[in-house]
Amino acid sequence: MNWRYQIRGLGVAVATLLVVAACGSSGGGGAAACTTAKTATSAAACGGMDSLVAAANAEGKLNVIALPRDWANYGAVLDAFAAKYPSIKITSDNPTGSSQDEVNAVQQLGTSSRAPDVLDIGMAVALANLTLFTPYKVATWNDILAAQKEPTGLWFQDYGGFMSIGYDSSKVPAITALQDLLGSGFKGKIALNGDPTKANAALNGVMMASLANGGSLDDVSKGVDFFHQLKTAGNFVPVQATTATVKNGTTPVVFDWDYLSATHGTDVPSWKVFVPSNAILGGYYAQAISKTAPHPAAARLWEEFLYSDAGQNLWLKGLARPVRQAAMTAAGTVDAGAAAALPKVNGTPVFLSADQATAAKAYLASHWAAAIS
Amino acid sequence: MVGGRRLSLTWVGAVPFLAYVGVFLFLPTLIIAVGAFFGENGFTFANFANLSRSYIVAATVNSIILSAVTAVAGAVLGALLTYAIATGNPKGVVRRIAVSASGVLAQFGGVTLAFAFFATIGPAGFVYLWLAQHHLDFYSGGFWLYDLRGLMVVYLYFQIPLMVLVFLPAVDGIRPQWREATESLGGGTWHYWRYVAGPLLAPAFLGATLLLFANALSAYATAAALINQGGIILPLQISNAITSEVGLHEPGFAKAQAVVLIAIVAIVTALYGVLQRRTARWLT
Repeated sequence: MNWRYQIRGLGVAVATLLVVAACGSSGGGGAAACTTAKTATSAAACGGMDSLVAAANAEGKLNVIALPRDWANYGAVLDAFAAKYPSIKITSDNPTGSSQDEVNAVQQLGTSSRAPDVLDIGMAVALANLTLFTPYKVATWNDILAAQKEPTGLWFQDYGGFMSIGYDSSKVPAITALQDLLGSGFKGKIALNGDPTKANAALNGVMMASLANGGSLDDVSKGVDFFHQLKTAGNFVPVQATTATVKNGTTPVVFDWDYLSATHGTDVPSWKVFVPSNAILGGYYAQAISKTAPHPAAARLWEEFLYSDAGQNLWLKGLARPVRQAAMTAAGTVDAGAAAALPKVNGTPVFLSADQATAAKAYLASHWAAAIS
Repeated sequence: MVGGRRLSLTWVGAVPFLAYVGVFLFLPTLIIAVGAFFGENGFTFANFANLSRSYIVAATVNSIILSAVTAVAGAVLGALLTYAIATGNPKGVVRRIAVSASGVLAQFGGVTLAFAFFATIGPAGFVYLWLAQHHLDFYSGGFWLYDLRGLMVVYLYFQIPLMVLVFLPAVDGIRPQWREATESLGGGTWHYWRYVAGPLLAPAFLGATLLLFANALSAYATAAALINQGGIILPLQISNAITSEVGLHEPGFAKAQAVVLIAIVAIVTALYGVLQRRTARWLT
């Protein structure tokens, strides 16, 4: 241990003392439970963290939805929250659901005790359903870039990554450019993570192929053409890529977010993740709190946990890039080992805007089925 | 009550059945049929107009072809297997194994079934790899497992056992004495099948075929696991319209597509009714 770590340790100790002192002055022992959690737009508006925790403990439950345990390390996130707040029982519903499934659940279950409290959703669905959310700003709100949050806190991005091509290097040749995929070594081997007219990850996969083939964020047609070429060459496989199909070799090449793709390395040691330098397409998911959340305090506490250093580092361990990563790197609170394990990316990333996504999906809706059949 | 007519209470026994059918068949059908006329901005015919989209038409045609082929092939192959089972030893081990296996396999579907095919005859499956090494490359003309032909093969895996389950009671009902009677009247095998066993089994056979058709038409999970792209059959298109997370979420359109499926089954059921009346005519 060198002196720098000791100073950091000292800093943490001082910060802890300050927090403890703050708690002592506001709570006076056991903090009173916040009674306005349903409309509170920050922990401070709820009387501080202690009273938010007290209110969440009183609710005793938290409903989350569509959080696969092997997605962005959510298994560990759920376990860590349960360990930190043992009196809040988490119900994790429909773990493999889509973003639209989450919104459907909010609309159909309303204020019933089974309705989801918090959502982790794709941006397209978030922007189309703003009326279902209630604004909230986590304590670390200022670390999130302005472009990655709604100004009042209706949604705020949580983690993301870059579109990549993952491949089993023991089954196919090394990939250094997208055009390599048209080669004969890839016959019946290339898959997407879902149907691009349905799944956000797949839509971005086609968009990435478009960028690498002379298209632009406004023009996905080059990507559709590319997949049509793959299909004609007999290289495209219409199977949904899953952990099982990767493991057994049915889908040894997969277009997917780099943080999801990299997790295949645990099953397939020869799994490699490639991000083409001429098509660095980023994508982030967003958090939102349901306006009709049956457990409003627990929902807010969950967000505070996700955006704490601990929560952000857990996502990072799952190879997702947390939204506060830049701020945490500057502050030295980031898990350096986990950050070093991320796939390397050289170049400037681009992001689909809402309008560009709308144009892309309209084109895909009318052209995709014909291109790959 | 002198002189009054007593109300017949025979219908009371049917109440649980009618309530069940009402809640789980008619009510959902009604919700779908009504919902198909509503879009984001209220009442509309647009959902039905959208059925003419080329990829929906293609998916509808594919669904009908897939269901018809697997129903007829499943019924014929299943009937042969049923006959073999029925004419064997009624208490034998083979019969018991075949019937139990059919009971299990008729319900075998979804991701597990699709994966079983990937792992065996898929392009990375061990059976395929072994055969390919021995110069029997059945994918040399393309990966047919990933198009409609693949779905047909996989669907037959649960269609044939289902046929055995629903057709076996009818075949078991045939008495050996009828054959003896035919022979004592001078008839041969042809006469027996043409005038006795055939007409007796025809209604059951057609009914079972219809069941297989509806079974294939509504199957979703197996196809979704096998062919995830492009919505090759109508149930996959319905799923796209309901759960799309990229903004192609059209619940009213999904309901209009469901109405198409209901209409197809209704038409086939009506045809079945006509056929059954014709085949049963000699009995009356």
